[in-house]
Amino acid sequence: MGTTKSRDDEWADWMRAGIAGDTVAYRRLLEALSPVLRQMARNGLARAGASAGDADDVVQETLLAIHLKRHTWRPDEKLGPWIAGIARYKLIDNLRRRGKRAEVPIEPMIETLADTPAEPEVSVEDVSRLVDGLPGRQGEVVRAVAISQRSIREAAAGMSLSEGAVRVLLHRGLKKLAAQYRMENA
Amino acid sequence: MKTDDLIHALAQDAAMREPSPNRAIGIALVTGGLAAAAVFAMLLGPRDDIPMAMHELRFVFKFILTGSLAAVAVNMAAGAVRPATSMERRGWLLLTPLALMVTALAFELLSVPRDAWMERLVGTNWLVCLTYVPLISIAPLAAMLLAMRRGAPTRPVLAGALAGLASGALAAMFYAAHCPDDSPLFVAVWYGLAIGIVTAAGALAGHRLLRW
Repeated sequence: MGTTKSRDDEWADWMRAGIAGDTVAYRRLLEALSPVLRQMARNGLARAGASAGDADDVVQETLLAIHLKRHTWRPDEKLGPWIAGIARYKLIDNLRRRGKRAEVPIEPMIETLADTPAEPEVSVEDVSRLVDGLPGRQGEVVRAVAISQRSIREAAAGMSLSEGAVRVLLHRGLKKLAAQYRMENA
Repeated sequence: MKTDDLIHALAQDAAMREPSPNRAIGIALVTGGLAAAAVFAMLLGPRDDIPMAMHELRFVFKFILTGSLAAVAVNMAAGAVRPATSMERRGWLLLTPLALMVTALAFELLSVPRDAWMERLVGTNWLVCLTYVPLISIAPLAAMLLAMRRGAPTRPVLAGALAGLASGALAAMFYAAHCPDDSPLFVAVWYGLAIGIVTAAGALAGHRLLRW
């Protein structure tokens, strides 16, 4: 006790808590990750000669992937290499959709993961317009929860739906959003 | 949508999580394996002299080889859907079926006179082998690909190829119970080719289906 926990250990703790349903710890993890992912995206886009202005797009897509694929992380393994693996795949995929083929080595990403300050930064940039195009109830729920920053309960009350229904719609809506990212410029 | 909005939405979705990829692949193996068994039973069925053949080392070897190859391929496929897995390290496991094959070939070449080699290699059933191994592998391959889509394969082509290798080896294991050709020479060439075809099909499918 008394020793400072490594960042990876702390993040892994938050991820485990998140998996167990702890919304607060999970949010803390995603907030800590986003500046790091943004730095990774900027570096990667610059190396491939793409505009670094799209970094936030890559960040959002990567956050979605981390969320939807977190069952592929084993709670007893280090979190950093897993995050770097997802971020690298999403960066390559994003570049490929824009017709750019780039070598994206994993080592610098793992370094970025270790070095970038993880102070939560407020991104004011309004990037994804894809959420506006999400159809039907799924779209309504995602917009209510994301853009209006409501809880499941508030959204359910506002839409006269059960909380369970809102949960399912939100999850499907997020999957759909990830799928639409992939279709973009495909 | 701002990144902060997205994070809020993701946090609200914290409780929703998919089952582990190992579980999904396990279920795919059981359902795909049962379907493969049904296809095998309907189209081919085991050969008549199984009780005799069980005492024949060459016959038994076909199951040891295809079984170990299937096990290694399944293990690698399960690794391929987790982003931080070192596939190179798991790849060394392929040396086990390879060593088995080389040993069996050496044994065969030493124990069979040279003029019989070609006859044993060509065998009688190679066209059946090349046709039915891919046919039996279709169901397990489809099941495995569907299961692996739920994972996060960062190398989709490799992941698809491994699904093909696993289902090809599994199909060859069924086929081995039908095929009268037991020589390791036959197995190396025709089983190898048939499993190779399924592996290539898996790689192609992976390129299309395993992106996420």
